[in-house]
Amino acid sequence: MRRLTHNLPFWGLLPAWLLMGFALILPILIIAAVSLATRGSHGGFSWDFNLSGYSQILFNEGWSGELEFTPQYLLIIGRTYLLAGLTTLICLVFALPVAWYISRQSPGMRALLVYLVTLPFWVSMILRVYAWMIILGKDGPLPRFLENFGLAPGTSFMFNDGATLVAMVYTCMPLMVLPIYASIEKLDLTLIEASHDLHGNRLTTFRRVILPLTAPGIISGAILVFVPSLGAVLEPVLMGGGKQMMMGSLIQLQFGGGRNWPFGAAIAMVLMGLVMLLLIFTALRAARRQAGMEATA
Amino acid sequence: MSRQHDVKRYPGFGWLTIVFFAWLYLPLLVVVVYSFNANRIAGVWTGFSLDWYAAALKNVPLMNALKTSVTVALIATAVATSVALMAALAIIRGRNVRFRRLSETVVNLPLLLPEIVLAVASLILFSLVGIQNGMLKLILAHSAFCTPFAFLPIRARLQGMNLDFEEASADLYASRWTTFRRVTLPLIFPGVFSGAMLAFLISMDDFITSNMLASGGTTTLPVYIFSLIRSGTSPELNAIGTLMILASLILATIALLVAGRGTRNT
Amino acid sequence: MDRDKAVEVRGVSKSFGSYQALKSVSFDIGANEFFTMLGPSGCGKTTLLRMLAGFESPDSGAVLLNRREVTSIPPHKRRVNTVFQSYALFPHMTLEQNVAYGLENLGWERAKIRARTGEMLERVHMSAFASRKPAQLSGGQRQRVALARALAPEPEILLLDEPLSALDLKLRQAMRDELRNLQRDTGITFVFVTHDQEEALDMSDRIAVLGAGEVQQIGTPTQIYEEPVNRFVADFVGETNFLDVEVLEAQADRAVIRSALGTFEAPATKLMQKGPATLSLRPEKINLGDQAAGVITLDAKVISQNYMGGFTHYTLEAGGVTLRASRRNASRQGDLVPSGEAITIGFLPASARVLAS
Repeated sequence: MRRLTHNLPFWGLLPAWLLMGFALILPILIIAAVSLATRGSHGGFSWDFNLSGYSQILFNEGWSGELEFTPQYLLIIGRTYLLAGLTTLICLVFALPVAWYISRQSPGMRALLVYLVTLPFWVSMILRVYAWMIILGKDGPLPRFLENFGLAPGTSFMFNDGATLVAMVYTCMPLMVLPIYASIEKLDLTLIEASHDLHGNRLTTFRRVILPLTAPGIISGAILVFVPSLGAVLEPVLMGGGKQMMMGSLIQLQFGGGRNWPFGAAIAMVLMGLVMLLLIFTALRAARRQAGMEATA
Repeated sequence: MSRQHDVKRYPGFGWLTIVFFAWLYLPLLVVVVYSFNANRIAGVWTGFSLDWYAAALKNVPLMNALKTSVTVALIATAVATSVALMAALAIIRGRNVRFRRLSETVVNLPLLLPEIVLAVASLILFSLVGIQNGMLKLILAHSAFCTPFAFLPIRARLQGMNLDFEEASADLYASRWTTFRRVTLPLIFPGVFSGAMLAFLISMDDFITSNMLASGGTTTLPVYIFSLIRSGTSPELNAIGTLMILASLILATIALLVAGRGTRNT
Repeated sequence: MDRDKAVEVRGVSKSFGSYQALKSVSFDIGANEFFTMLGPSGCGKTTLLRMLAGFESPDSGAVLLNRREVTSIPPHKRRVNTVFQSYALFPHMTLEQNVAYGLENLGWERAKIRARTGEMLERVHMSAFASRKPAQLSGGQRQRVALARALAPEPEILLLDEPLSALDLKLRQAMRDELRNLQRDTGITFVFVTHDQEEALDMSDRIAVLGAGEVQQIGTPTQIYEEPVNRFVADFVGETNFLDVEVLEAQADRAVIRSALGTFEAPATKLMQKGPATLSLRPEKINLGDQAAGVITLDAKVISQNYMGGFTHYTLEAGGVTLRASRRNASRQGDLVPSGEAITIGFLPASARVLAS
């Protein structure tokens, strides 16, 4: 049985499995184990089964070992979700019209504009966040500009959730524009004409024709933005300051200063679990869609 | 046909797009402009100066960080691209491959997980296994999370390639290896190149993992820049940033041109 | 005689999943023959061709090329070349490099490769374009280069997978003649795959009609068209009228039948039995009006007509059945018979054919 193949199914995949197995799968299993271990007195941990890594997310341990509910980590989880969700939404709202406009240009212009959307992505992420630190910073152009008009004198734009959000939207935007553009570009334009021909106005056409047909691009864009946003570290650390933490910066803190590995591992497990749930949900949805399409075809 | 009646255009989108691009590029421009500012305080313009560039180029820790980043990125790119190329060939062209979908998911795993989780995971692993060499730690971790970025363009290219070319080659007496060398590889080269570029970029850009694994001699460029930012913004940082923006621009343009040349060929 | 067999296909079967593409197919192809595999899409003809090339291997059965079993020999070790439907010219190589590719792999000397490449490009009138890339060529030019590339290594057998299907009508006509001439000049066995019956009838020495994974009939173009062995072949090759008839008396290759058009004796497939059967009567065998000469004549009524330029197709009613007939438009206009008009039709029973139902 030989159709033309390179015949490397086995040893072709071997390096990938070895690399991913050692540098990825094994570490994740270990992190799961560490989240159940006991915190060491000077950082690190010892292999004693302990659920305190998880219980610390909700409870503070008092002097005599009694558990007292504390909302501070729940707030961080909530903020993480809120900021990631807002980032996704804002990116989506701007990416749709921009992607649409780009797709309506001549082929040469389209290539140029897509290149321009991609270009900032090649610039180091830390620099892109840093640029906003300058702009919003104490002596930055934005506060000075506003002060010239007597607006918001002395207001600090930095070190709050708003600043974090600005940087997150800025770093994530190309990830939203590109997949949406790809699906709009594939759209058969006669369908839009057909919708108008059948007395649909722009809004109806957008809602009932364009949106459903570009849904795959919108969904993949949303995932590409939402997942990294959940794990954002640089934006909350640099823009939000030390206090306005997100899950990413909280995890980093637990490992950075050698503070509490099991707790950090537990937060990491929670973050990973939430992302996995989301991905599985979208994968199932996509599978159901596919099945639906095949059934109608 | 008058513009007003074109149902495929929406009014106002053009303006929005202009604002969008301004928003996209103004922040970078601010960094560039401030890099030429003679004044130490970023917001106050006191004249044009190249002093900060001179300072940046003489900055030894910066150059060391750059060297570390480039070394790690080059090795990680080579490893990731080779691993990705072999995996893509096996997954797309291999016959009777068991666990095809599972293998693909595993290769793409780093894309599906928040990087901070991977960073923490590798930190624990390396401390448990007892790997002391900082460079080795960085290279291993970078190779792993760069692989899917190299894999996706190669896979796309391979999947888009007509099987007829490989069959035609075999029909014209080429062995499997000759076919790979003279037909498959040249035809998927733009994909391999894009993949390698992407892997290089991701490795150079990485902060989260590198910061987590950083030890004495293995400060990468983003980690060094982070420490500069932490110690207060300085115009020298703007000069470094401008040089990095320039380098990114050149790399991105090369990548685009090579990928563009490839699409024309098929 | 056996020495002259270029290809032998012996009991070849092939399934893709639950779909049976080939059901124990056997036939031979003679040396120097222009052999065509004709059939609708999905009939297995391309699968067969791919087996000759070595891209596919049979689940059971054997393939022999020049008396040598090649069933498990990979494509690059078979002295067989293919002209692909998509042409599959390597886009990153010039035409010259494309044509030289096979020769290089066979280990020819540099000088010989050069000479042969030049000769082949000359032969297909593409010398002027030698250093161009395939993307800069038209469909017809690509087709010629694909031919040159496949013929350059002097294959024992040339396989052609619907090579004309991507060309426009005029070019297709010209390429037919060119292919035929090329085959005569080189003396190489051509195995041609097509779904276009006209192409098959025009070019082939012999045609194998394939349907539903089986060989339905093998024969010369005249045999295939005039003496189809079953309904499938009669229906697929050309147009025809099928009539339900009853066989009253059957001999070796003739049968007396009773039909709506009368009782008469007509050629029949072998082993015809008494009882219900099918009569195939091609539209152009039915003569109309003043052209209605024949042993059997009938009164008919015109139901509708389709003017096709050189011909007019008529739908007629005669003896209670609907018939399609075509008439050459010998003179300018005037010939057209309006709908509803009565007309005399006639045909020779010898030009009809009785088939098993």
